[in-house]
Amino acid sequence: MSTTRIAPASQRERALGGLFRAALLVSVAVGILTLVWLILSILIEGGPRIDGDVIARFPSSNPELAGAQSAIMGTIWVVGLTALITIPVGVGAAVYLEEYADRERWWNRLIELNIQNLAAVPSIVYGILGLAFFVRGFLGLGQTVLAAALTLSLLVLPIVIISSREAIRAVPDSIRHGALALGATQWQTIWRQVLPGAIPGMATGSILALSRAIGEAAPLVLLGGLTFITFNPEALDSAFTVLPIQIFNWISRPQEEFHVLAAAAIVVLLVLLVAMNAVAIFLRNKYQRKW
Amino acid sequence: MSEPVVQRPVLAPDAPPAPDAPASLGEPVFRLRGVGVAYGGTPAVRDIDLDVRANEITALIGPSGCGKSTVLRCLNRMNDLVLDARVGGQVLYHGQDIYASHVDPVEVRKLVGMVFQKPNPFPKSIFDNIAFGPRVLGMKGSMDEIVERALRRAALWDEVKDRLEQSAYGMSGGQQQRLCIARALATDPDVILMDEPCSALDPISTARIEDLLLELRRNYAIVIVTHNMQQAARVSDRTAFFTVDEARVGHVVEMDATERIFQNPADPRTEAYVTGKVG
Repeated sequence: MSTTRIAPASQRERALGGLFRAALLVSVAVGILTLVWLILSILIEGGPRIDGDVIARFPSSNPELAGAQSAIMGTIWVVGLTALITIPVGVGAAVYLEEYADRERWWNRLIELNIQNLAAVPSIVYGILGLAFFVRGFLGLGQTVLAAALTLSLLVLPIVIISSREAIRAVPDSIRHGALALGATQWQTIWRQVLPGAIPGMATGSILALSRAIGEAAPLVLLGGLTFITFNPEALDSAFTVLPIQIFNWISRPQEEFHVLAAAAIVVLLVLLVAMNAVAIFLRNKYQRKW
Repeated sequence: MSEPVVQRPVLAPDAPPAPDAPASLGEPVFRLRGVGVAYGGTPAVRDIDLDVRANEITALIGPSGCGKSTVLRCLNRMNDLVLDARVGGQVLYHGQDIYASHVDPVEVRKLVGMVFQKPNPFPKSIFDNIAFGPRVLGMKGSMDEIVERALRRAALWDEVKDRLEQSAYGMSGGQQQRLCIARALATDPDVILMDEPCSALDPISTARIEDLLLELRRNYAIVIVTHNMQQAARVSDRTAFFTVDEARVGHVVEMDATERIFQNPADPRTEAYVTGKVG
């Protein structure tokens, strides 16, 4: 009997392997089919109203005349402002934690632990905080675009910080040492080598965090975003509504026409989301580096 | 290539001059006296006495873990980047203690360049890799000329002059390492430290770097850590042999002219190591 003969796989092993593959395929299919079904049903329901009117018209009590322009502009204002607040603060915090903080110190560990926990806090809690702190109490901004943006900033800041830290950590130390050995200061090293190297990761993380902000309704309902708004925001202290709230509002109406309108507004929201994710993917591919 | 008049580099212009700093010709660039380094309280090297002279290549050899790189990193204060690293003793650079409280490590690194074990070009163009140092140092003059001069000194100009705007990551490993040498030369340092610069390279690239070192010796003091004893024998003028004691703390066994270390060492441990009996 030769010992060099390769034994064939047993019947049972082959069957097990095939079964495992099938199970994995089913898992993937469940996810994709659910998504396709969701999108299709929205498209079919909202189909009659997916036209320029959704974007061009303002909310109205007559569903035939109603559109979502004030909500779309409100979303753009609030999310744009959120980006302006979170990205510098989030990147700054990430740079401090990765490049400057001494992890041996208890306060730095406390900050880290808190950021991890904040990422897991339900968004409604941020809404209550925003209501008490930004709208009424300490800052007293009222039910405005600025108060909404500040609240959403708190909500997504932990995500921006965590993803920026990952991106900064992915820049190898050999790059830092190379820059420092040439007589660059720590700041020059961070500004000219580390941050440019971390931009793709930070951009992707920030955009994904903002995609979360764009879909949030719960905290903004608490902040007074539910009011019937028939004008676009013009300044930081304008009253506002946003797409998810407008959709929620329409769906809760008894008239069937408003439900169709809501489906059309969902399509608009999905298009905005897909566009943002496409930018994230584009940035990641364009600036991707191999170390 | 005309060299500027050699001036004694000054680390901190406001600092009082060290009392024993005659700018005599034979004065070493670096003079280490009783240097010890500990990481988190655990000593890594002790009692290091070492001189590094201008226009010479000083090789640091010895078995792994004996503290050669640790000592090298004292010379440009790269050990400062390691948490809990403590450096004791005196590291005199042209008579100035670089660990004195008024000395900024950034100023030390402007004068003492370094090349690492693994080529570490920045993820930028060849031009920007060389220009990075001069830019952060705010060097005056045409950047094109500064870059060309550095690349010529590193014998890399002819190979890359037509693709300066291309990414440095497209170069071969040996070219990348010579780029890192050129990058270190661009800031006009006075000393170049090299931490096993050829360990990641093939023999042909290694030979080119060794030729380059012999060329650079005319203008710089060079300190090279190497595991390759033939390399130390081929390129260096003076060699320090390191080993560890019973407590695994590194120290210098002897330092002498390279010929003497390899042919007639004073210490039997040196002889055992260079003849390959231990290692």
